[in-house]
Amino acid sequence: MWTSFDTWIVVTAALCAVACALPGCFLVLRKMSMMGDAISHAVLPGLAVAFLITGTRASSAMFLGAAIVGILTAIFTQWVSKVGNVDRGAAMGIVFTTLFAVGLLLIVRAADNVDLDPGCVLYGAIELTPLDVVKVGGFDIPRAAAVLGTVLLINFGIIAALFKEMRLSAFDPALADTLGFSSRFLHYLLMTMVAVTTVASFEAVGSIIVIAMLIVPAATALLLTRRLIPMIAIAVGVAVIAAVLGHASALTVPKWFGFDTTTSSGMMAAMTGLLFGLAWLFSPSEGLVIRWLIQRRGSDGLHEGASN
Amino acid sequence: MNELLKSMSPVGDAAGEDLSFHPPDVPLAIHDLTVAYHRKPVLWDVDLDIPEGKLVGIVGPNGAGKSTLIKACLDLVPKTSGEVGIYGKPYKNQRHLVGYVPQRESVDWDFPVSALDVVAMGTYRRLGWFRRVGKKEREAAMAALEQVGIGHLAHRQISQLSGGQQQRVFLARALAQDAKIYFMDEPFAAVDAATEEAIVKLLRSLNEQGKTCLVVHHDLATVSRYFDWLVLLNMRVVASGPTSELFTPENLEKTYGGQLSLLNDAAKALSHATR
Repeated sequence: MWTSFDTWIVVTAALCAVACALPGCFLVLRKMSMMGDAISHAVLPGLAVAFLITGTRASSAMFLGAAIVGILTAIFTQWVSKVGNVDRGAAMGIVFTTLFAVGLLLIVRAADNVDLDPGCVLYGAIELTPLDVVKVGGFDIPRAAAVLGTVLLINFGIIAALFKEMRLSAFDPALADTLGFSSRFLHYLLMTMVAVTTVASFEAVGSIIVIAMLIVPAATALLLTRRLIPMIAIAVGVAVIAAVLGHASALTVPKWFGFDTTTSSGMMAAMTGLLFGLAWLFSPSEGLVIRWLIQRRGSDGLHEGASN
Repeated sequence: MNELLKSMSPVGDAAGEDLSFHPPDVPLAIHDLTVAYHRKPVLWDVDLDIPEGKLVGIVGPNGAGKSTLIKACLDLVPKTSGEVGIYGKPYKNQRHLVGYVPQRESVDWDFPVSALDVVAMGTYRRLGWFRRVGKKEREAAMAALEQVGIGHLAHRQISQLSGGQQQRVFLARALAQDAKIYFMDEPFAAVDAATEEAIVKLLRSLNEQGKTCLVVHHDLATVSRYFDWLVLLNMRVVASGPTSELFTPENLEKTYGGQLSLLNDAAKALSHATR
């Protein structure tokens, strides 16, 4: 049965999905898709250290610690790839696995008796978010929805205000620099957005959905359009649809096979994959089906040409 | 007061700002420029003065540092030592005077933007942070596209353009920058004949307006037809001066060293030139 609980779960997830999809478009265009993955894993030691220093799970301290480590991941990656003269992907792998491992060690060793569960970090606890409410303008709103809504507004505001600069530095960073728009500043601005969004989404929805929502809606959109603003709009749409379908199918699909309901965030991430697959098959410009049709017509044409 | 402060601290300013050897009427003055990648020098002790209103061909073998020279002038690669003056001042103060055409392969042509969007990027410096592209900028971009003969392709996504058309988009973008000195990194590389012609026409028209163009160029056969000033480069500056004086077998031998196949090309080019 669909209750107001389910509505809040979907709203929270959709806010998170859109907050991720916006900077995600620029990650995909900069060919830095894995950066979201890296940051979402690497923030673990930030959470642990913040907990060790403050001794509480107060979310503001955890948030700050994780966000700082998230940005450090981007800085370290740049640094390792430059100083070590290695490919950026490899540098990312070095940095985030190391930080993730340190984070796991810290949590297991120093905070073992507290409920700071690495598993919880991965798939979150979206089903529980409607229980923790704050009052906003006289209404009871799940805290996660309020936080993610704020992050979404900030991300949207930054992209709307600096759209031309972000597009320029994603397309041609050297030109951006020669025109006086620091591509380094814009790079770290995007990295900060990704880190803050990742961390904000963490507690509520877990990192698996963040990784999916950062990249898959944007990649899906890029199969459907070759214009940036429509691309962002489609990515947002895909993100919302995946959130809604994900929760609905988490409730229903397992029952068809006689199982209990499954985790919504996992199902939402799976839905982004399904939507990507559909776009990949049926995109009117890049889709597998249309390409196959064109190819077949092309070879037919050749046969006709040969028979003439 | 500022003047006084400056005169009182001669040492503090001397390192970065002493450009006394860079007269303000010289579009490009390079002094003692050395650039190294991973401690390996790419440019060594380059001194250059480019007079105003010249079409300058930068010529030299592969790995001679031609692109690096341009990038060092635009602060895109760090200088190990030396200074570059654009009309007497460091580049960071003179961005509004400089247009840049990077190598075509330097960007991802699948990026979701239209030709007009890319050309409009040339107007961004005038706009500054936050301000959006308006009607005026779009018109300037359109005019630039028309000047390179592809106004009708303005709304195409850039991956749907041919290589030559993409090169012209880059040139139009530099035009939209409305600069006094243009740096172009191999604009003639792998373009069709129509584009080559369009580029030459464009260079001539810039030249007639008294603008200075520095062009990294590979094709020795066309050097003497396209450029009136040459910079022969092979890590160091072999020679710099009017094409008519510099384009000699001796100078090319010095620039290209033992690269015989290239020397054959050079010989062919020379016979073209003298014909």
